[in-house]
Amino acid sequence: MQPIIDYITSYLNSNKTPGAAGNFFWAFVYILLVFVGLSVAVIAMNWLERKILAHMQVRLGPMRVGPHGLLQPIADAIKLLLKEDIMPAEADGFVFWIAPFIVVLAAFTVFVVVPFGPTHAITDMNIGILFMLGVSSLSVLGIVMAGWASNSHYPLIGALRSSAQMVSYEVAMGLAVVSAILMTSLHGLGLYGAGGVGTGDTGTLSMIGIVQAQQEQGVWFVFKFFPLGLIAFFIFAIAMVAETNRAPFDLPEAESELTAGFHTEYSGFRWSLFFLAEYSAMIAVSSIAVTLWLGGWLRPFPNLLHGATWDLVFNLFPGITFLFLAALCFYSTARMPKHPYFKIQTMGLAGFGAMLGLIGLVLFIPAVFVRVQDIYWFAIKVAAFMYLYIWYRGTFPRYRFDQLMKVGWKILLPMGLGLLILTAGMGMRSELWIGVVVPLWHWVANIL
Amino acid sequence: MNPPVATPFFFYLLSGTMLIGGILVITRRNAVHSALALIAALLAQAGLYLMLYAPFVAGVQIILYAGGIMVLFLFVIMLVNLERAQKERQFNKQWLVGIAAAGALGGLFITIYTKGKGIFPDHAMPSGLEAQNTQGVGVLLYGQYMFAFEIASLLLLVAIIGAVVMAKKRI
Amino acid sequence: MLHISTLHYMVLSAALFLLGVIGVLTRRNVVIVLMSIELILNAVNLNLVAFSHYWQGIQGPNALHGQVFAIFVITDAAAEAAVGLGILIAFFRNKETVNVDEVNLLKW
Repeated sequence: MQPIIDYITSYLNSNKTPGAAGNFFWAFVYILLVFVGLSVAVIAMNWLERKILAHMQVRLGPMRVGPHGLLQPIADAIKLLLKEDIMPAEADGFVFWIAPFIVVLAAFTVFVVVPFGPTHAITDMNIGILFMLGVSSLSVLGIVMAGWASNSHYPLIGALRSSAQMVSYEVAMGLAVVSAILMTSLHGLGLYGAGGVGTGDTGTLSMIGIVQAQQEQGVWFVFKFFPLGLIAFFIFAIAMVAETNRAPFDLPEAESELTAGFHTEYSGFRWSLFFLAEYSAMIAVSSIAVTLWLGGWLRPFPNLLHGATWDLVFNLFPGITFLFLAALCFYSTARMPKHPYFKIQTMGLAGFGAMLGLIGLVLFIPAVFVRVQDIYWFAIKVAAFMYLYIWYRGTFPRYRFDQLMKVGWKILLPMGLGLLILTAGMGMRSELWIGVVVPLWHWVANIL
Repeated sequence: MNPPVATPFFFYLLSGTMLIGGILVITRRNAVHSALALIAALLAQAGLYLMLYAPFVAGVQIILYAGGIMVLFLFVIMLVNLERAQKERQFNKQWLVGIAAAGALGGLFITIYTKGKGIFPDHAMPSGLEAQNTQGVGVLLYGQYMFAFEIASLLLLVAIIGAVVMAKKRI
Repeated sequence: MLHISTLHYMVLSAALFLLGVIGVLTRRNVVIVLMSIELILNAVNLNLVAFSHYWQGIQGPNALHGQVFAIFVITDAAAEAAVGLGILIAFFRNKETVNVDEVNLLKW
C-alpha cells in the first residue's frame, strides 16, 4: 500500500509534467481532467453561442428550457442521443462508421500537449507545436471520408470543398507559426530585442518552451518586433477560423448552400460527434494562438505593473470573475417575472448564482488562487477567442468559395512568407549587418 | 532521462499494424479501403520513428504523408469514378510472375540478413537524444545538405507545375 | 526476440518493401499501384531512420544523416504522388479506365 501512495505523492513534489516524470497515474488523472474540462467547455460553448448570437441579432435565444436556457445544451444532448441512427442504403458501412471517430480523435489528441501552466500539461513533447499542427491536419481525412461514405452529392461536394479549404489555410497557419517559433530563439529582451549570445541554438518547438521564451524575453510575441508579431497573429487568427470551417468561412456547411455539407447524412449521436469535434478543434487552435502569441499562462503586464501589490491584484482576478458572474445571475434573478410558473426557474437561477459566488469566494483563499493562476489566465484568453468566433459568426457575411481560396493562397500565403523573411531579418539584424551589409558596402566602395 | 517503456510490445504492435495495413493495401478491391489501410500504416510508421528517437521525422511524416499525400490520394479517388473498376478483375495476368519475382527478392533479403547478422551489433545509446533532434536536423539540413535542400525545393516547384499542367482540361 | 535491434527494423523494412513490390507488379488499378509505390518509399525511409539511430550510438547524437535523407525521400514522394495522380487524371479523362494493362495504345 505504501509504495502506491509514494508513487502517487512523489509526483506532487517534482516540478515536471506527468509525461516528463513518467508517472502514469497522474498522466491518467490529467487526461481525465482535460476530457471533462473539454466536455464542459463544449456544452458551455453551445449555450453561449446561441445566447450571444441571439443578443447580437436583438432577440433572446433559448429562454424556456432552464432559467435563461441554461439547460438547453443538456436537452440538445438528450435529443441527439435518443435520435434514430440512420445510415444511407448504399453508403460504405465501415467508412461511414469510422469517419466521425477520426475527426473526434484528431480533435481530442491535440490536447495532450496544450500547456495550461508550466507543469500543467499532460506531457511536453519536444516537437509540441509540430505534433499539434500534424494531428489537427488528420481531421481533414475524417471529413473527406464522411463526405465520400455518405454516397450522395451534397456531402461529397461539401467534403471536397471543406477539405480543400482546410488544406489551403493550413499552409498559411504553418507559416505564421514558423514566424513565431523564430522568435523563441532570440535572447534580446523587450519589444525589439534581437538575437544575443547563442541565438540559433535555443529555439524550441515545445509548447511550454515557447511560453517560457516569452516569459524570459519579457514580452508577448504578439507585440514583439511590432508590427510583425501582430501581423503574424492576425494571419493565424484568420487562418484558424477557416481551418475550423467557421463563419465567415463556413460555406461547406452552411444550410442555405449545401444543406449541412459533409455531415448531411449523419444524424443523432454520430452528428453530435462531428459537433463535439468542431468545438474542440476551435478550442485547440485557440490554444495554439494563445500559447504562441498571447503568452500562454502569463498574466498581462508583467513588467509594467510589477511589484507585490499588483501581483496581488492580478491574483484576485479569478475570484473577481466568478463573483461578477454570480452578480449577473442574481441581477437576472431579480428581473425574472414574478409569476408562480417561474418559481422553479427563479430558484434554479439563484442557486446557480450562489454556486458561482461560492466558487468565487473559494478562489479568494491564497492557497487556492496561487495554484489556479496559470490555468485561469490561459482559460480567460481562450474564452476571449471563443467570443471572437461567435462575434465573427454574428457579424460577417459568408465568403464565396473562390473568394475563400483566393484569400488563402493569394493574400495570406505571400503575407506569411514576407513576414517570415522580415522576422528573421529583424531577429538577426546585428549579425546581418556585420556579416553581409558591411562587407558588401566595403566591396562596392572599393570598386567605385 | 526516461528509459523507453515496453519497447518490444510497442514495436510488435506498430510493426504488426504496418504489415496488416500493407497487406490490406495490396489486396482490397475498393480503392478507398486501400487508402485507409495505408493511412493506418503511415501513422504506425510515425510511431516507429518515435521509437527510433526521430521525433522530427515522425512529425513530418504525420503532417506531410498522412495529412497531405493521403488527402491528395483520397481527393483523386473521389474525383475519378472508380465504380466500374471495382467490378472488374483486380489482379493482372502476370500475377504469378510478379509473386515469383517478389519471392526471389525475398529470398535474397533473407540470405543477406542471415549471413550478415553480426555486422550491426548493438551498443549503448547516448542519453538525451530527443532533446536536440530538431536542432540537429536543422543544422545538417541547412549546413551540409544545403544544396540538396535547394534542389528539393526546385523539384517541388517542377512537380507543382507538372501536376497543374497534367490535370488541366485545356492547356 | 525481445530486445529490438537494428536487424528487427531491417527485416520489417524488407517485408514492407516486398509487399509494395507485389502490389506494383500484380495490381491493375493505377491508384493502388501508386499507393504500393508509397509503401516501398516508406519501407526505405524506415531503413534509413533505423540506421541513423544505429550511427547515433557510434558517432554521437549529431549523426542524423539518415533522418535528413528520410526527409528528402518524403519530399520526393510528395512530388511524385502529385505528378502521378495528375497523369492518372489526364489519362482517365481520355480513356475512361484506371487499369494499367489497358494503357496499350502502342500495341500493334
